[in-house]
Amino acid sequence: MGSRFLAPAGVIALVLLPLLLQAIDQAYYIGFAARILIYAMAASSLNLILGNGGMLSFGHAAFIGAGAYTVGILAAEGVASAWIAWPLAIGVAALVALIIGALSLRTRGVYFIMITLAFAQMMYYIFVSMKGYGGDDGLNLGSRSVVGYGIDLKNELIWYYVCLVLLLAVLVLLNRLVEARFGRALEAMRENETRMSAIGFATYRHKLVAFVIAGAIAGLAGVLLANHSSFISPKLMHWTQSGMLMVMVIVGGVGHRYGGLIGAVVLLGLEELIAEFTLYSQLGVGIVLLAIVLFAPQGIAGLFARSQTRHGS
Amino acid sequence: MSTTLLLEQSLNGLQFGLMLFLLAAGLTLVFGIMDMINLAHGSLYMFGAYLMATFAQATGSFALALPLAIVATGLIGVLLEVTILRRLYQRDHLSQVLATFALILIANECVRLIWGSQPMMLATPAMLSGPVELLPGLIYPSYRLLVIGVGLAVAALLYWLVACTRTGMLVRAGASNREMATAMGVDIRRLFTIVFCVGAMLCAVAGALLGPLLAVQVGMGEEILILAFVVIVIGGIGSIRGALVGALLVGMVDTIGRAFLPMFFGAFLPPQYAASLGPGLASILIYLLMAAVLFWKPQGLFPARG
Repeated sequence: MGSRFLAPAGVIALVLLPLLLQAIDQAYYIGFAARILIYAMAASSLNLILGNGGMLSFGHAAFIGAGAYTVGILAAEGVASAWIAWPLAIGVAALVALIIGALSLRTRGVYFIMITLAFAQMMYYIFVSMKGYGGDDGLNLGSRSVVGYGIDLKNELIWYYVCLVLLLAVLVLLNRLVEARFGRALEAMRENETRMSAIGFATYRHKLVAFVIAGAIAGLAGVLLANHSSFISPKLMHWTQSGMLMVMVIVGGVGHRYGGLIGAVVLLGLEELIAEFTLYSQLGVGIVLLAIVLFAPQGIAGLFARSQTRHGS
Repeated sequence: MSTTLLLEQSLNGLQFGLMLFLLAAGLTLVFGIMDMINLAHGSLYMFGAYLMATFAQATGSFALALPLAIVATGLIGVLLEVTILRRLYQRDHLSQVLATFALILIANECVRLIWGSQPMMLATPAMLSGPVELLPGLIYPSYRLLVIGVGLAVAALLYWLVACTRTGMLVRAGASNREMATAMGVDIRRLFTIVFCVGAMLCAVAGALLGPLLAVQVGMGEEILILAFVVIVIGGIGSIRGALVGALLVGMVDTIGRAFLPMFFGAFLPPQYAASLGPGLASILIYLLMAAVLFWKPQGLFPARG
């Protein structure tokens, strides 16, 4: 059965979910669901470079942080309009991705993993030392961004739908990119970069463009994350955040169309579920992850469909 | 005054660098021979420190607890290698990152379950708690001198082991070309278990010695793990010599930077800028160093593979 019916069914389910939660008096979970959507966006952007591009970036949280801090700093300086702050934040994240990518893509393999990690750590420490904007303790935004037109982002239901619409837009964009010549070429570079370069593709530039697109989308996820909790802190850029995003992609399915979404749902859902029963939720998460690597190498999406990806490094 | 401070900070840098070397040595060999990314290396360091604190409390003797902690951590390392990590050698880097990331989560929670969330206290041994005067005006804690001494001794021992023994020769052969070493009849599997055990024991030494200086707490492994990664990337993956040079470089640059950059900026910037710029730049200095090394020498300073 194709994803032809699966995708519309999924969208309908996501649209109806908050209404259902309200009906059964569990409105608390609407915010939780919005958080999952935001992480799904971040993980999907990572999946473009990690899954389709074969670039094992261990510093993706840096772009989330760039987006979140742009919104946060603007808010602290009195600019609350989403129409100014959000595009600017995405631009800043893209710029950061351009700089980090341009340097990191000169290396490959393990060195690429490590240098992206190092850049993310740099960002982390830079914001830890920025005492003017909260430093280690983080920064309270006070409120969510202002959109106008009668749309109040502070309303949890509206907020959920804003996140949903943006996530769907990102997923459509990413899918079209992957289906297009751009994505096909990217996947071919993952399999054999030398050959792609021999037949005339500018592989470095091509990969860098993918890296910047992924960074910009992660920046948008950062914008949403900052708004979601109205709070930012360097923890957004901590290396475990990058690790968690990687875990989401791998759990969901590397290079799979909905790998990021599935991964975010499974991982955050699992965390929440295990936290119901025990204080030691990370133990359960760790054991499940280990089991997935050892017994389901293709991720959860791969359990249902034969995944077409073989990622190299 | 300034020379004394510089000497003191250099000794601190040396001490930190040597401890980083103990961690990086095991990591770089695992990396070099098996092409395996082991994020859980820092967890062994954490286990080493916790076991040390426990044994020290139980026996009341620092000297007795140290070998116990080293052996116990070595056993944990072997257990980990034989049960889980061995299955990951043939897998891609992505799976290795995920699996060992999961191991970190598990290890942290296990430590929390066994020892609780509160940091543990590990006292310096009583006879080494006082300072000594190295030079006129240069007073230095004797415990830190012990750490430097042990670090140098272990580094020398390791160098002898790798450079002068038959096992060391096999390790070097495995690091430079695994396929060829296997074809020549080297039992890489057994070799790797040995390397992993030694690596775990080195982690324990570092954890046990740094325990009284830093806090023994959950998550202590991750911070230092990233530094160890920086070290081996700077030094060149798989090279012991590179790990030593990289570790000393990182230890020195980090320590000296933290001590002097705030002062340096304070000399010509208004205090409110200097106060945030100095520590900020100091904390990213080693990452800048790593980025610079990778930019000009993408294989590290001492590539193990020719």
